[in-house]
Amino acid sequence: MSISTSRTHSAATSATRSQRIVAAVGAAVLGALLVYFAGFSHIAAVHNAAHDTRHSSAFPCH
Amino acid sequence: MIKRIAQTAGFTGLLGALLLTLLQSFWVAPLILQAETYEKPAASEVHEHEHDAGSMAGHSHDDEAWEPEDGWQRVLSTTGGNLVVAVGFALMLAGLYTLRAPTRTSQGLLWGLAGYAVFCLAPTLGLPPELPGTAAADLLQRQLWWVTTAASTAVAIALLVFGKHWALKVLGVAIVLVPHIFGAPQPLVHSSLAPQELEAQFKIASQLTNFAFWLALGVISAWLFRRKPEAQYSA
Repeated sequence: MSISTSRTHSAATSATRSQRIVAAVGAAVLGALLVYFAGFSHIAAVHNAAHDTRHSSAFPCH
Repeated sequence: MIKRIAQTAGFTGLLGALLLTLLQSFWVAPLILQAETYEKPAASEVHEHEHDAGSMAGHSHDDEAWEPEDGWQRVLSTTGGNLVVAVGFALMLAGLYTLRAPTRTSQGLLWGLAGYAVFCLAPTLGLPPELPGTAAADLLQRQLWWVTTAASTAVAIALLVFGKHWALKVLGVAIVLVPHIFGAPQPLVHSSLAPQELEAQFKIASQLTNFAFWLALGVISAWLFRRKPEAQYSA
């Protein structure tokens, strides 16, 4: 009885843990995409719009 | 959990971007505008002379592409750029907080410090902040080096801070050094249209602005993340 309870408990925590990892990785990837878009995209109009942001943040520009 | 990340990142990014725009408009932006006054009249001359040497390779402004006009348009589009970048960085922080929740708001300072080290300090050791009109190596190669350096610094800090075994910490030190031993891509000839003092001032201005921005981003995100317990977000 106690074994099954502890199993259920550990399964629940590991599910939460894997959910947390998925959320963290997802947020980090989305964040990286945003930074890439504004800071590293080669589209000329995006470059011009975020030009001062790139120089100020010391991203490679031009 | 996702709502918590989104709210933390959204508001942190918004506040961080406003602060960044404010700081930039005092010191960084005037220097960029001043540097461009050296760039624009000499642009045609420089392109003819230096293209052969390859030192200005990749430096071309597409005349066809849209460009914000100086004044409110430019400030607004820079604010937009800052917003996208700040929300992006804040998303990374909020994502990490779901794995390692800050136990005090002041821990946000440490996260901010780590962010500054990863995304500003380490890359600028090889590729210093540049004013418009500075000669540099191929853009794609510099971007690759920048991303590699940021990633290796992030992994190294994680190993040093969270690694339990001493071997992991040694590995962290090794990883942080690799891109710098390899070296950042450099132009064939170092040259700059703006005077040296302007360039030197821009380096300091950019570093200090980014330092303040990252510390603020860390503290604001930690504060917002801890403001409500996890349970209140599911409702």
